[in-house]
Amino acid sequence: MQITPDQVRYVAALARLDLSETEVAAMSGQLDRILGYVAKLNELDTSGVTATTHALNIHNAFREDAVAESLPQAVALANGPRHNEAAFVVPKVI
Amino acid sequence: MELYNRTIQELGNMLASRQVSSVELLQAVLDRITAVEGTVQAYLTLDAEGARHQAENADRLLAKGEGGMLCGIPLSLKDVLCTKGLRTTCGSKILEPFVPPYNATVVEKIKDAGAVILGKVSMDEFAMGSSNENCAFSVPRNPWRTDCVCGGSSGGSAASVAAGEAVASIGSDTGGSIRQPASHCGVVGLKPTYGRVSRYGLVAYASSLDQLGPITRNVADNALLLQVMAGHDQRDSTSVDRPVPHYGSAVESGVKGLRLGLPKEYFAKGLAPEVEAAVRQAIEVLRGAGAEIVTVSLPHTEYCVAAYYIIASAEASSNLARFDGVRYGHRAQEGDTLQAMYSATRSQGFGDEVKRRIIIGTYALSSGYYDAYYKKASQVRSLIIDDYQQAFATCDVLVSAVAPTPAWRLGEMVDDPLSMYLSDILTISTNLAGLPGMSVPCGFSSTGLPIGLQLQGAHFQEERLFAVARVVERELGLDLSQPAGLTGLGGGR
Repeated sequence: MQITPDQVRYVAALARLDLSETEVAAMSGQLDRILGYVAKLNELDTSGVTATTHALNIHNAFREDAVAESLPQAVALANGPRHNEAAFVVPKVI
Repeated sequence: MELYNRTIQELGNMLASRQVSSVELLQAVLDRITAVEGTVQAYLTLDAEGARHQAENADRLLAKGEGGMLCGIPLSLKDVLCTKGLRTTCGSKILEPFVPPYNATVVEKIKDAGAVILGKVSMDEFAMGSSNENCAFSVPRNPWRTDCVCGGSSGGSAASVAAGEAVASIGSDTGGSIRQPASHCGVVGLKPTYGRVSRYGLVAYASSLDQLGPITRNVADNALLLQVMAGHDQRDSTSVDRPVPHYGSAVESGVKGLRLGLPKEYFAKGLAPEVEAAVRQAIEVLRGAGAEIVTVSLPHTEYCVAAYYIIASAEASSNLARFDGVRYGHRAQEGDTLQAMYSATRSQGFGDEVKRRIIIGTYALSSGYYDAYYKKASQVRSLIIDDYQQAFATCDVLVSAVAPTPAWRLGEMVDDPLSMYLSDILTISTNLAGLPGMSVPCGFSSTGLPIGLQLQGAHFQEERLFAVARVVERELGLDLSQPAGLTGLGGGR
């Protein structure tokens, strides 16, 4: 397998990460080794095997739809790097 | 024995009988921190002032003969748990300024039980790592040999308990992150069954694998702390609504009649001879105490690391999408558009290992690769679970090493992520199957580093793990109270 620098850049863009050229080069080599190792999984025939996403046999967890106390607006906003009295402030979207 | 290296049980009795006050105990631990923290570097945020208020409250309750199971006991918390009004960084620059507006459920529970929270301890960034070297702020040292790693990702938790800088701690375990540092630092660590402890307020890494658990000086303390932590929580839909047993009653129940399975794949090449020798000695002790020893097979063990790093990274790439500079944490000054601000923020805020796993996870989930990676890994996960079901048909508890080697030297593996991943081979499957797993000290290497014995049980069989671990602890009688790397630093009282 070959993970090219272009693939790393493409995936980094999907993940909203800007990588420097040094990081792209290092990451390509490391990903190549890691995914090369992961290819080991293909030694196993898993046709017909159900995928597990949850280790315990839990079904939907429902609770009463009761109104409980929630964080006051000012408290919920307090950690926002930029906010006004009503909302988080972000760079212009449109 | 100094105050700072006693157990919860001993100190609980001393506090209840007023031989010592909570404020005096706190001062003893703070003095110890002053003496050794320059070497150990376990704490990211020490809250001496807040702890003093909590200790004074505890003393008021104790004076009236009241107070919960942890009343007046100073604990440290892995910096992955939200603590109201107390900075919570996850070892990451992206959360450096974050002060949570609420407490995690387990934090509420230990506070209700009277615990005194000393502060927040170091961890690999977002719990991704096996050596604690991925922390953006400080890298704790192994209290037994300060040129060695303390393990990870709950390294600060294990190091603080081993060093006498906290009586006990709470860590989190996604692929071994409680058991492995506990093993490397000579303390007792438990990863409970998935769903046993609420994760509300735990910053998520890999949601189908993460679990919180106690790190303590001995087995009885571990049972006691789990007692306080365990139970259903409506705020965590993965927590299980099932009665919590009285764990303390199980601790001294012994191993007579128990069948202990040795997974033959866990004793394969790569296991350091001195680790194997210590583990085999503990197994003989268990046999001598009346356990039956059988060999079992977990044939898909060699695939667990590959499956884990796809599943955990995929879940991480999704969970860590929330760190975007909008609602909390660091925001880059650069970026005229929202997209540019996101990318600049995340690139500045995340460290190398976190970026690596986000990229692996994003790649594995990206269009055209999902079936080859995520689906394949999730199917292999089913095979690993089947292995355990077959093993538990013939034995009660699985016994092995926690890690293939004792702690390694700082810096030794930082440039080789794959080798670091492979060091987790003995602990990862437990999380993939959602089982309880425990580390209890069983010996030392020739260079004086602790070695841990791993116990794995079927779902919700924590009581059996405590019983087996206690026999090992009692029969071996190791003295773990004075880590050699801190000799002469003192702070004792």
